[in-house]
Amino acid sequence: MSATHQALPLARGPAVTRSWRPPWRRGLRGSDVTWAIAFFIPYGVVFLAFVAYPIVYGLWLGSDPALYANLFDDPRYKITVINTLLLAGVGVNLKMFVAFLLSGFFLRKERWIKPLLVLFMLPWALPALSAYISLHWMFIGYGGFLNSALDMLFGVDGPIWFNSYWLAMGINILAYIWKWLPFWTLVFLAGRLAIPQEIYEAAEVDGASGLRRFAFVTFPLLANLYLVSVLLSTLWTVGDFMAPYLVSSGAPALHTLVLATYGYRIAFDHGYPTMGLAAMLSALPVLIPLALLLMRRLQASEVQL
Amino acid sequence: MSTTVPRRRIRSPLFYRLHRYGVEASCLALGFILAVWSLAPLYNMWKIALESHEGIFGGSVWLAEPTLEAFRVVVTQDFWYLERFWHQFGNSFIVWLSVTVLTLGIASLASFTVGRMRLRNGWMLTNAALMTYVIPASFLAIPIYRIMNIYGLGNHLSSVILALTTFATPYAIFIFSQYGKSIPMELDESARIDGANPLQIYYRIYLPLMAPALVAVGTYALLLAWNEYLYNFLLLSTPQSMTVAVALAQFLNSDESPWNFMMATAIIYALPPIILYYGLRRYMAAGLTMGGVKG
Repeated sequence: MSATHQALPLARGPAVTRSWRPPWRRGLRGSDVTWAIAFFIPYGVVFLAFVAYPIVYGLWLGSDPALYANLFDDPRYKITVINTLLLAGVGVNLKMFVAFLLSGFFLRKERWIKPLLVLFMLPWALPALSAYISLHWMFIGYGGFLNSALDMLFGVDGPIWFNSYWLAMGINILAYIWKWLPFWTLVFLAGRLAIPQEIYEAAEVDGASGLRRFAFVTFPLLANLYLVSVLLSTLWTVGDFMAPYLVSSGAPALHTLVLATYGYRIAFDHGYPTMGLAAMLSALPVLIPLALLLMRRLQASEVQL
Repeated sequence: MSTTVPRRRIRSPLFYRLHRYGVEASCLALGFILAVWSLAPLYNMWKIALESHEGIFGGSVWLAEPTLEAFRVVVTQDFWYLERFWHQFGNSFIVWLSVTVLTLGIASLASFTVGRMRLRNGWMLTNAALMTYVIPASFLAIPIYRIMNIYGLGNHLSSVILALTTFATPYAIFIFSQYGKSIPMELDESARIDGANPLQIYYRIYLPLMAPALVAVGTYALLLAWNEYLYNFLLLSTPQSMTVAVALAQFLNSDESPWNFMMATAIIYALPPIILYYGLRRYMAAGLTMGGVKG
């Protein structure tokens, strides 16, 4: 590198008008620009055609204020909002907390931990459709697997799960956690593995017990990953369609709809797409701050998922 | 700064032994609970699929009358919802593979442009890409449904393929740009000096070195495609163009109750993902550590 640097002024001659800069610090020039454009066109087209246009179109479709007036008059909308908040609030936080604890469990050294982890990952690998259909059928009252098991094990007549609002919401949350717990456990497991062992050994030398090591080593180092994961998962869960649609299907009597299924129902079952879209867009005041917060945290701390 | 290590109470050896056994026992119990938790819905699927038609509502925990009738019906397309099962399975496969390949291609080209060709404000493009995720996919379904019809792609597999690629690509670009930071620019430069044009650099240097990231992102895109249902359902409604996901959903909306056929279909639909999971699980997990995690 230094040889070329020295050789260059000689090669260029005495009339150097600009200081020499390494090639990769200059901007793109010449044929490079064509290549750059050509390489970026596929994604640019995809983005414009399937992201920008739908977003703009969607915002335009849902921009009539009368729609929102109608929406807030609908009593079902209020229940739907509460359901969405429940699913996102309880589902995400419970799942993250359990995932965090389990990630520590899966670091243990017993021989059966590795095979158990492979088994535990199965819900993640199973297509969501098959998984939620199976979960739905476990809980239906007539011949459902869970009630039969309760009968066999405890002699107890299980409740009709989908006839009660709280039970149905609980099952939605449970199904959602069942499907996504393995993924987040793996994320936290990867985060824990990235902590060098020397820190733990140093803490142990200093006399820290297990609980103190957790509180002063593990938790501070993983706190940012935990926060980013919670934000990202909340974003995804607010828009979750499959779990509420397939598991409880709105039972009982359309009381367990969430914004995604409610909007879908109005748009496609009732044939009123603008109102369905308005229902979904009403979540934007929550989604946009979350997304901004997430982006700021991602840039500030270099957490990679 | 204290110079003495805090003292810990020394207890009897018996205490420590009991403590260890207690910890072992509770770990075993937790392991057992996790195994039952993870397997119960899978057992349920298999149990219903292997039941005869009468046994489904029998209400027993174990298999009452095991039979392979349901699987036979699915495989031979003997039921009217399943008339085109293998064709629709092929459609599903086409969607999964196309989404994976397209995502890898488009995202690697875009991140190559942003990362290697040193666009001055490349980070803006990556951020704009991540903006795709602000509005959840299910919320965008209504506009995209309308727009696909405007583009004339209704009931065509490419509508689903393009929609899913759109949702997989931003994350893919993000992962590629993070991973690409670990490949030194000097390699590109020496290739330039040797007279390579950007396409050759992309093909001969960038792609081979990005291989682990490519596999990780590929499995991520695949997972996204086979977990998806809403876009399949909205955009594909003719029996010719449907995928198995849509066919499965037909069972849910019907008045009949051949749940054993439905579960058998669900199991066959889940087989390629499960097999791929067992083959590729190292790479699926590796994708989560791409670039490392820093606090």
